[in-house]
Amino acid sequence: MDEIFLQVLNGLDKGGAYALIALGLTLVFGTLGVVNFAHGTLFMLGAFCTVALNRMLTTSYQRVNPDKTDFLGNPLKEDIPYVQDWFGADFSAFVFDYNVPISILLAIVVMGLVGVIMERGLIKHFYNRPHADQILVTFGLAIVMQEIVKHYFGANPIPQNAPDIVGGAANIGAWIGLGDNVVYPVWRLVYFAFSATIIFSVFAFLQFTTFGMVVRAGMQDRETVGLLGINIERRFTIVFALAAIVAGLAGVMYTPILPPDYHWGMDFLVLSFVVVVVGGMGSLGGAVLAGFMLGILQSFASMNQVKAIFPGIDQIIIYLVAVIILLTLPRGLMGRKGVMED
Amino acid sequence: MFSQSRNDWLLFIGFSIAVLCAPILMEPFGGNYPDLLQKLAIFGLFAIGFNILFGLTGYLSFGHAAFIGVGSYVSIWSFKLLTMNAIPAVLFSVIIAGVFAFLIGYVSLRRSGIYFSILTLAFAQMCYSLAYSVLTPITNGETGLQLRALRTNPDLGLLDADIRVLDQALGIQETSVPTPNFFGLQTSGYEGFYFCAVILIVGFFIAQKITNSNFGMMLKAIKSNQNRLNYTGIHARPYLLAAFVISGMYAGLAGSLMAVTDPIAGAERMQWTASGEVVLMTILGGVGTLVGPVLGAGIIKYAEQKVSSWNEGIISDFFSFLPAGLQDFTASFVSLFVGEGWHLTLGLLFMVIVIFLPGGMMEGFRRIVGLFKRPNDNDTVSNSATAQPAE
Repeated sequence: MDEIFLQVLNGLDKGGAYALIALGLTLVFGTLGVVNFAHGTLFMLGAFCTVALNRMLTTSYQRVNPDKTDFLGNPLKEDIPYVQDWFGADFSAFVFDYNVPISILLAIVVMGLVGVIMERGLIKHFYNRPHADQILVTFGLAIVMQEIVKHYFGANPIPQNAPDIVGGAANIGAWIGLGDNVVYPVWRLVYFAFSATIIFSVFAFLQFTTFGMVVRAGMQDRETVGLLGINIERRFTIVFALAAIVAGLAGVMYTPILPPDYHWGMDFLVLSFVVVVVGGMGSLGGAVLAGFMLGILQSFASMNQVKAIFPGIDQIIIYLVAVIILLTLPRGLMGRKGVMED
Repeated sequence: MFSQSRNDWLLFIGFSIAVLCAPILMEPFGGNYPDLLQKLAIFGLFAIGFNILFGLTGYLSFGHAAFIGVGSYVSIWSFKLLTMNAIPAVLFSVIIAGVFAFLIGYVSLRRSGIYFSILTLAFAQMCYSLAYSVLTPITNGETGLQLRALRTNPDLGLLDADIRVLDQALGIQETSVPTPNFFGLQTSGYEGFYFCAVILIVGFFIAQKITNSNFGMMLKAIKSNQNRLNYTGIHARPYLLAAFVISGMYAGLAGSLMAVTDPIAGAERMQWTASGEVVLMTILGGVGTLVGPVLGAGIIKYAEQKVSSWNEGIISDFFSFLPAGLQDFTASFVSLFVGEGWHLTLGLLFMVIVIFLPGGMMEGFRRIVGLFKRPNDNDTVSNSATAQPAE
């Protein structure tokens, strides 16, 4: 029982990441009709916003500290971050500790810009091209962005720390009466809560605002919405930027769980595409459902008891599920009729 | 079987001469060394096969690297168990890759469009993950499968029996680390290149026959309008499956040749970025054309070898004619794109081709030729009309 509960928890944060990426992917697909192979890279860029902020904050200069000496008796040189000099030690300690949450602000700005530039500069010209061309051009773009990140940040993973207050492990078992065996990192619970919040806000935004109404109408029938005199193009740009921000935020918050790495984009892209296809192309609810479902299935498959029966199942479970779903339910779990059937 | 129009024969003969003279042709570009030439021939073959599926039917597979991997592993096992001769290795690789392609294609072809791409991708990733984890006894995991010498030191109690059945029957005994051969001729170096080149030419001939046959016509019909084909009462899936299996066999052949020229097989060959690379080769050269994919494969493999070997020093020398400040700036900017940054160049090239020249280099040539022809020549119009890429 404890074990199963732990695996569900494990699946929830991984599934949260899948769901957030897949949400943006399917949103873009449903409205713009564009298959974006660079979406995983947006997740990666978000993660590197954290790294970039960390780099900026730790930019420092050397100062000779006359009070201390090193082991040779020379005055000790200290690295002083500029932040500490300008705003004082307390503030800098606070900023360093809360590096990841603060990067959210940076990521919103950066990812929004990236999204707008990408849509206006490239995607716009591919609305009416075949899906194969869209896949290929965004695949090329993904390689380009990945290599630029690799050039500036290097090929090694760069670990990031969660704030101290949520850095430890929580004794969840005691909270819900399962005994003391269920201990889980707090940050992962935070990640799950965060992804749930983002998913709910995106849904609320689409459901309860006029803008969202137009977007939903556009997902149903793009041409008619355009014919009604609504500037659909500008809204497409905003939708794309929104999807980029969602993917970016998912990346920012994921950094304490897994050290950011330049090829995250490609790793998560394949998985999130599988998630979208399993959920049904263009279905937002399907993407979220499939994201969490596959995340949880994946963590169950990596249990030792399961691996003893089906060796190697943890490696292929997601693809296996995708194959089965696609062959039995051609439109995915919650796909709508008429999407991607031309 | 050998009845082709004169133009087709000319194309075939020209292609054969170009391939056989590749060492001379590559000499001025500094590309005349066996390792690169072998790669050109092998990836040319891979791209030709991929084009039979993607170019003719328009089905974009993202999983062809899996067949490369299968071909390589089968070849090495053939070297380990049967004989060091390359012929059985090649034959078995093609057959087994064909079987894999049949199984994967049978399932994947139930869907079309992006779903087909994702299904093939999923299967390829499954093969890749399994090769790394559970199938380690067969694939030797991350180390890669390779040949090794028989341990024949009786003092240490090490005595391996030679298990190559065919070689034993013929009385061939290997002592040191065995190398693949073609009836006594070694298959590395220039001999290896000519071995691959002959297979490439045969492969090209077969692809040419397929493209010009009724079967090829049917594949093109699937690409231009599958619905209409269904309305005329033709079931398209068997044709698609045949095309998928053929292109899978080409990929298996390419994988096998990789193992023949350099007897080691690793799972990284099966990663989906490798599938992406062959897509790029085909697109760069020209989708749906015969020569295009080979050209694309050649250019990419050549550029990969050359560009990734340049470093900042070479670039700096190259720009030495500029004033000092400008030279440093230009050199540091350009060095972004070379050496380690080769993939950046590749990605940019990919985007530029897809955006501006969807028909690839062959369409570019055609446009250039069209510029010099007289405008009232009807030929150019009909040519450029038939050269349009996938719908």
